[in-house]
Amino acid sequence: MKRLLSLALALAPLTGWANPDPSNWGAVLQEAEGQTVYWHAWGGSTATNDFIAWVGARLEEDHDITLNHVKLENTADAVTRVLTEKSAGQDEDGAVDLIWINGANFASMKDADLLFGPFAEALPNWQYANTENSTLTHDFTVPTEGYESPWAMAQVVFMHDTKDLPERLGSMDALLDWAREHPGRFTYPQPPDFLGTTFLKQALVDLSDDPEVLAPPVNEDNYVEVTAPLWAFLEELTPLLWREGRAYPPTGPRQLQLMNDDEIDLAISFSPGEASTAIANYQLPESVRTFVLDKGTIGNASFVAIPYNSGSKAASMVVANFLMSPEAQLRAQDPEVLGYGTVLDMNALPVHDRAAFRTLDLGVATLSPEELGAVQPEPHPSWMTRIAEDWVARYGVGN
Amino acid sequence: MRLPPALPALTILALLGPVLAGLWGTLSAALGHLPAAGLNGPSLIAFQALWEWPGLASSVRLSLGTGVLATVISLVVTMLLLAGWSGTRAFRALLGVLSPLLSVPHAAAAFGLLFLIQPSGWIARLLSPWLTGWQRPPDLLLVQDPMGVAMVLGLVVKEVPFLLLISLAALGQIDASRRLQVAQALGYGRVTAWIYSVFPALYARIRLPVLVVLAYSMSVVDVAVILGPNTPPSLSVQIVRWMGDPDLTLRTVASAAAMLQFGLVALAIALWFGAEVLLAQTGLRCAYRGRRGSHDRMVRAVGFVSGGVIVGAVLLGLIGLSLWSVAARWSFPDVLPDGLSLRSWQRNGTAMLPSLATTFTIALAATAAGLLLTLGCLETEQRRQLTLTQKGLWLLYLPLLVPQTAFLPGMQTLLLNLDVDRSLGAVVLAHLVFVLPYLRLALEGPYRTWDLRQAAVAATMGASDNRIFLTLRLPMLLAPILTACAVGMAVSVGQYLPTLLVGGGRVQTLTTEAVALAAGGDRRAIGAYALAQTAAALLPFALALAVPMLVWRNREGLHHA
Repeated sequence: MKRLLSLALALAPLTGWANPDPSNWGAVLQEAEGQTVYWHAWGGSTATNDFIAWVGARLEEDHDITLNHVKLENTADAVTRVLTEKSAGQDEDGAVDLIWINGANFASMKDADLLFGPFAEALPNWQYANTENSTLTHDFTVPTEGYESPWAMAQVVFMHDTKDLPERLGSMDALLDWAREHPGRFTYPQPPDFLGTTFLKQALVDLSDDPEVLAPPVNEDNYVEVTAPLWAFLEELTPLLWREGRAYPPTGPRQLQLMNDDEIDLAISFSPGEASTAIANYQLPESVRTFVLDKGTIGNASFVAIPYNSGSKAASMVVANFLMSPEAQLRAQDPEVLGYGTVLDMNALPVHDRAAFRTLDLGVATLSPEELGAVQPEPHPSWMTRIAEDWVARYGVGN
Repeated sequence: MRLPPALPALTILALLGPVLAGLWGTLSAALGHLPAAGLNGPSLIAFQALWEWPGLASSVRLSLGTGVLATVISLVVTMLLLAGWSGTRAFRALLGVLSPLLSVPHAAAAFGLLFLIQPSGWIARLLSPWLTGWQRPPDLLLVQDPMGVAMVLGLVVKEVPFLLLISLAALGQIDASRRLQVAQALGYGRVTAWIYSVFPALYARIRLPVLVVLAYSMSVVDVAVILGPNTPPSLSVQIVRWMGDPDLTLRTVASAAAMLQFGLVALAIALWFGAEVLLAQTGLRCAYRGRRGSHDRMVRAVGFVSGGVIVGAVLLGLIGLSLWSVAARWSFPDVLPDGLSLRSWQRNGTAMLPSLATTFTIALAATAAGLLLTLGCLETEQRRQLTLTQKGLWLLYLPLLVPQTAFLPGMQTLLLNLDVDRSLGAVVLAHLVFVLPYLRLALEGPYRTWDLRQAAVAATMGASDNRIFLTLRLPMLLAPILTACAVGMAVSVGQYLPTLLVGGGRVQTLTTEAVALAAGGDRRAIGAYALAQTAAALLPFALALAVPMLVWRNREGLHHA
């Protein structure tokens, strides 16, 4: 039988023939059994690593799937990997089965036809997804079209150590005023780090009179004019930063460490529950709380995508589906575990799942959904790329 | 019996094949040929883009400056220690602590150092607030400074133990103690006598390792990421960043920068040669003047203090990391954590075991293969009465002199085309490139100094060459062979870039896990991993010491072999 199958595979010129069909979920489950999934995901956070290990244990139990977390330093490594394989003609059983991805990396993989799909909207748990939330169907304004499946919501919040900075700051201008009085007590991860670039985007959105212009791709005609307020803001802010802007923390968690060491009093986070989780893990002082800006803050969803040459597409889809399950979503939202926002629509859930979400204690430093307020849309990814480039030219090579 | 030169040929292939093929891959990408990104060269676009990168001048200056400075300081400190103290009891004590430091991975040492010297670090905590008045850490650019001082420090603490141990091996071959005695008998002070009579002969023997330190320091990635500046970073860090960018065309820029890095290292080596000539002339002139320099207390003190600072920095750093791995809340300016918790070990412990197994599998395989090749080469050369020429030595050192960032990306593409990447075997092959030179270095001396009269005696009693090799030479050389294996395993355990690139992320060792965690910056997890990594590198050394003692407990004469 096996030999016959491989013969058929060899004879079938289209690799598409062998791809599992997500609409036939029973067949997907059957094929997934016994498969191994190499999930390439950023490995810099102990909490996330633990969560992924738990997902692996659950999948082993339910579906006999072996989940291996390949801990990346940089998500782009996995993208590069798939591209290298494509250029080397390795179109089957590539190294990467599943990637935690979003934004620019998704856009570039989708552009280069490196993704399997569409699959996400055919997953059984998609029925619970909060599809009214446009961030689930548009990743940085790029339509996802089922080529990636969401598993966590992220929104910008600012963490402040109430011991040194008791009041929330309502806007970027207020942040600048505070920095003038307290020089050296704020910094952000160095762009092009994802979180650092997020800070730049948040500043741009907040400073801009008309954030609507950021939805279409960058346009050379208005780029200078639109970004002028941002650069003026940074010109003033940079000398007031930690180390006068001559050094930056390389990543978000390193920024947390600075806060724990009392080197800074204010930091940006892209996860409303991160502060509570970090406090529980002794990574932040108990006096840390979070706030959002008056006009709201930007947010997006985290996704998983399956490369076109994965050898375990069926099992990868089962993983993606499990990540969207009420069970996994509830665990991810628990601040003792991850503190990530859920992608599910509470009204679509069965009653007992809804109740479980309602009774979950979100943690001491986490804002309620009402306090988090409206999510501002992300600018088109081309803005992020362009602004990060300009930032590097202005501030990243100054020494 | 004359052995066919198959093993030496295989060794050269294992050493040079990956390097040359990798360089070729990098060069063609630098010249704009990267089919993966739809680019077909040759073109100079990549070099042009590199030229237009605004951070180029600073990052080149940084690479060159920190590399040269770290090498000079490491060499001077090593020489001062040897000149002032070799042979004394204090020296042996220092050495006893220094040698294990050799196996502490660079990243772990750098992290320990970071926690010591940053403004919110242990030293500042010890002095605050009672002395400094600091209730909060001061806003001082002590690490990640634009000059790269912290980075130089991080390199020096690791390179001094390396140079010291290499020098000690060489000192045995040049009859250092009698040279020193003669010069001292002529009335020279200890340090002066050592510099005039021992140093020139010693330097000739450690010249290549010194160049290795130079090339390594100029192109180091992990230490630079942890301690170095990042606005802009050093060239090699920037290369790795470009390699990892989702925009594939940047890989050509990375390759162009890798070729520049290669050129820079070549330039630095050329400059170093020039400096050697100058130093030799100056030294000669000084020697002719005949000053005895008998008041060398200051110099000896400086040497010993530097050695002590190095030992102290690495040890305290490691202790700090160990403490973090069991710390509950720990905030500034507390010298000690509020409480202890095993949570980090519980969290990381289970995940650590598989990578620990992989680490040891790779290290054992690479060392075993390397040992087979090295012993084969040595024995073949012995039977054919060949000695390693200066040129041969350069070949041996080539993989250590060519910056890793220059040939590993090309090697990855090559293995991918052969469809053998991502396998454990491919990673072992990549590690072999780096393990081989160290095995050879560690075995060369003991193998050559083994008294051939013993072989002659055995031969007159009718023993064949093979029997002499297997039943006489190998057992008698057990201790140095095991030490060489420990060195080889430590080298393998510490490899980051080869494992990451060739393993394609599927082969996870303690080191790749530790550096990935380092990206996150969770000190507790870093502490746990750094300790495990250090232990993994130290264990073989402990075995190398213990096994010969047990096996040869009834052979007095073999205890000092």
